[in-house]
Amino acid sequence: MSKKRLQQLVESLSRSAKHFNRGEVECLIRLFDTLMSASHSRFAAVGFDRNVFLDTLHRDFGMTDDVLMDRVFRTFDRGNDNCISVVEWVEGLSVFLRGTLEERIKYCFEVYDLNGDGYISREEMFQMLKNSLLKQPSEEDPDEGIKDLVDIALKKMDHDHDGKLSFADFEEAVKNENLLLEAFGPCLPDVKVHQPSVKKNISSYYF
Amino acid sequence: MGAALARAAQWTAAGSGTGTLEITPLNESLLNQIVKFAEDFSTRHPQEAAFVFREPLEWKTQLGCSAFGEGYEIDEATVQSEAKGEDGQPLLLLTASNIKVRNFDQLSHLLQINVDKKLKEAQACLEANRDPIVKILGPEYGTVEGEDTSMLRLLEKMKEDDDPQTEMKMKIAILLHQLDMQLLNSSLKHISQDVRLNPAAVNNEVNLLKNFSGKGEDTVLESLEYTSDYTFSNGCRAPPWRQVHGEICYLIIKPHDTDPLCITCSTAGVFLNGGEIKGKDEIDYERKSDVYKDIVTFLRERSPKFVENMAKQEFTFFKEPTYEKNDQHVEVVAKVSGQSPDLDDYSEKNEYEKKKSSAEKSRSTGKKILEPSMKWKNIGLSAAHSDKAAREKEQQRKSTVPGKKKKRSSGISSESVKIQPALKCKMSDMFEEVSESSSETDEDEEQPVRHQEGSTDLPSEYWGIQKLAKYLRGGNPTATVIALCAMRDFNLAQETCQLAIRDIGCLEVLINLLDTEEIKCQIGSLKILKEISQNILIRHAIVDLEGLQIMVKILDSPDTDLKCLAAETIANVARFKRARSTVRHYGGIKRLVGLLDCTSVRSTALIPYQAKDTEKARCGALALWSCSKSTKNKEAIRKAGGIPLLAKWLKSSHVDILTPVVGILQECASEPSYRLAIRTEGMIENLVKNLSSEHEELQMHCASAIFKCAEDKETRDLVRQHGGLQPLSVLLNNSENKKLLAAVTGAIWKCAISAENVSKFHEYKVTEALVGLLTDQPEEVLVNIVGALGECCQEPVNRSIIRKCGGIPPLVKLLTGTNQALLVNVTKAVGACATEPENMMIIDRLDGVRLLWSLLKNPNADVQANAAWAICPCIENAKVRK
Repeated sequence: MSKKRLQQLVESLSRSAKHFNRGEVECLIRLFDTLMSASHSRFAAVGFDRNVFLDTLHRDFGMTDDVLMDRVFRTFDRGNDNCISVVEWVEGLSVFLRGTLEERIKYCFEVYDLNGDGYISREEMFQMLKNSLLKQPSEEDPDEGIKDLVDIALKKMDHDHDGKLSFADFEEAVKNENLLLEAFGPCLPDVKVHQPSVKKNISSYYF
Repeated sequence: MGAALARAAQWTAAGSGTGTLEITPLNESLLNQIVKFAEDFSTRHPQEAAFVFREPLEWKTQLGCSAFGEGYEIDEATVQSEAKGEDGQPLLLLTASNIKVRNFDQLSHLLQINVDKKLKEAQACLEANRDPIVKILGPEYGTVEGEDTSMLRLLEKMKEDDDPQTEMKMKIAILLHQLDMQLLNSSLKHISQDVRLNPAAVNNEVNLLKNFSGKGEDTVLESLEYTSDYTFSNGCRAPPWRQVHGEICYLIIKPHDTDPLCITCSTAGVFLNGGEIKGKDEIDYERKSDVYKDIVTFLRERSPKFVENMAKQEFTFFKEPTYEKNDQHVEVVAKVSGQSPDLDDYSEKNEYEKKKSSAEKSRSTGKKILEPSMKWKNIGLSAAHSDKAAREKEQQRKSTVPGKKKKRSSGISSESVKIQPALKCKMSDMFEEVSESSSETDEDEEQPVRHQEGSTDLPSEYWGIQKLAKYLRGGNPTATVIALCAMRDFNLAQETCQLAIRDIGCLEVLINLLDTEEIKCQIGSLKILKEISQNILIRHAIVDLEGLQIMVKILDSPDTDLKCLAAETIANVARFKRARSTVRHYGGIKRLVGLLDCTSVRSTALIPYQAKDTEKARCGALALWSCSKSTKNKEAIRKAGGIPLLAKWLKSSHVDILTPVVGILQECASEPSYRLAIRTEGMIENLVKNLSSEHEELQMHCASAIFKCAEDKETRDLVRQHGGLQPLSVLLNNSENKKLLAAVTGAIWKCAISAENVSKFHEYKVTEALVGLLTDQPEEVLVNIVGALGECCQEPVNRSIIRKCGGIPPLVKLLTGTNQALLVNVTKAVGACATEPENMMIIDRLDGVRLLWSLLKNPNADVQANAAWAICPCIENAKVRK
């Protein structure tokens, strides 16, 4: 990438991704390049692929849930082309690492809305929570506990009582109780994974 | 005394017939009182003492003939009194060792000549005459359980005929009845001090002591062993025929510095027995020492070395860090998050069960040991107790086995390490009693009310909370957070919910969650704990479960919200002594003071970052406020550098932070070091400023701080110089809020010690206002008002103001009160008023001099002194009147 082109990119990105300053944007672009080189996909010219992204999420943020990691990838991949471009990368991280509460609510809702229809349905919740209980051999139907949990979550968050969560429901619930931001699984960086010793680690941008 | 003897006294064999009175402290004190009553009877009630008993009191005496002197005819083995009844029978007759006594006169005399064996004699007499009243007055006066109408019958009879005999009987009956009441009262006092031991408590204590026993110099004991390895199902080791006597087990203890001791642990306490009988596998069960409330108390009496080494142990308990807990936890969490299928190892499960049950035991004894005991409770009770505990345990096990796997993740790691600290904690409590009782102020000590758990239907909240608890136990962090948030939808301010959380074991889980690394779970859990710790029972439960230690640790967290929640919860929990000292022992005070230390304190225009600082400081101050009620904590706050920080925050203008900060200062102003600091750090100015705040609570704490600090002259001057006297006098108009009024009048009283302040107060017409407040006030307000009036009287003009405002009659009326503190001030004020002849006339007319005179007999020396001083001007002015 030419120096001039880099300058332009930094210029435009530091405007669109408003939570980073120019220096930070530059660092992130460099990080992007490193990840690019690890990626062997045929889209190499545009950005890096899903595997590289998921690896990064796992390595730097300790995420383990495949369903949610895939959703995080989809949320970052605004162009829907199965690869993350440099713009998507920096703008995505801006919300991911330093988003305001509003931005993060929106982001989380998008992640949890598995099929993208604008609602988190009962089935989607079930899908996301199905691994949240440790298996108990005594229970006849292991799904029963999960279904109950979905009911509890709905009761807590479904303010218009239509049996599914709209964005408005979700937003109101989170504003009342911030703990519900990641109600259906971890999709934001966690403070405890913060590892200051690793240089150039993305999570070090998380405040 | 019939009722007392029947109910309170401890007879060896139950049922009728000739039982014997055991030699126990309770019986001894009963006997002593009876002896004293009988001995003094002839002098105090000479007429009644001559009354001849219906039947003689008869018993076997140890008294020889030689003991009787004047007034008795001695004829070999027979002694008769010269005094005869109307029927010519001697009133006292001793034949061989059989003695018959027929009136109180003789009884008193008998006890008087029998100096050393009074108790024995009284005991023998009562053993032979189980209901002496029947013998004295006749069978119709016999002690009846329940409603006793004999008095009424007697009264009726007395009205019908004028027989002086009946009247006499009435008087004696009343006297005996009085004695009875007195005995019952004092025995009740005895009983309520009594602590009843049970097998679990003993076992617990033995295990504890074993941990600190062994060879070597530093151990508390060389060894201690049960005499029997066999444990009965009720937890006792004593053979069944001894269990009937309440005995639990026998121990052989080898201290470092005395011979081996063989002791009996019984429900009544711990005592030395006769030791093992040589050659036989048996013990001499006879009691050889006093009864002590537990083994530690017993050993403390017996072995100086034990006391010495025990004190050393104390130090190491508190120093021992609990960080290994953490490491272990991380390991377990890692295991779970890796989702590796753990083999369901049966032995491991068993071990877990065992640990759990012993933890349970230690907890249950902590609860039970406080139970006051009633001697007449049947002995099987302790067995019943342990049965119940066992059943509960069983139930608990049933409910936890399915969730066991998760338990390992959040439960076992903390629970297994927890057993040790639980014992330690108990130990530290024992020391607490010794080391702190003198310094700690108990003014606001709270005692948990023990609720009897009925078997009534459980409220619906139980099921709702139980359902959520399942997810706390067996869910990953995501499920846990959902359940925590849902739990907050219950009305946590309601006691039903609070107790439900405790009773279904959810409290343990919440506390365990604090010990994880999941910030969201910690926050969620603390939000619930903060609410439910409004309940006193929950507070005690949290302390018992070692929740405070973890909360103190959380104060080190980098997350501000988390820290704030932990501090707020500590503020709620630390409302009783044990909790407050726990916070101190685990370094909580230092960390809480640390919360006050923020980079910027400004009074206006807070940017969000500063707002966070203020919030952090507010929570820290709230917690310190609760803690500052213990003397040692006041010292700890000072040592941690809290005073300059408090001074800094005192300059703030936010009432949220000012209230706890002034609250702490007000609490700590009982210490001279704080009073000095408050004066020298310029805090008086801010205290004065906040007197004019619009928040009554803040005003009250400010006034109260000035009240305590104004003992020093320089402080009083500062209050005046900063214009504090005017707002104080303005606050007198708010007479509805009594707490505020008490603080304000107190501050005025102390400030008025300086003459300059009195003239200022005169400007603000404080004397008039104070006189107006003299009626219809609670005593703590009155003490301060009258104190202030007394000081104001330094100025002659105020003396006549008091008269003109009609203050003298209420003051004189207060002379008839009983509150010592009030009397000290009233006598002083009346004395000051009496220096004016015109006032004197009113005082004299109201009979004030006589009242003052009678106060010279008051037991309180200060009251006497002030009354005497007050009488001086009275005498002087009385002359003038003539």
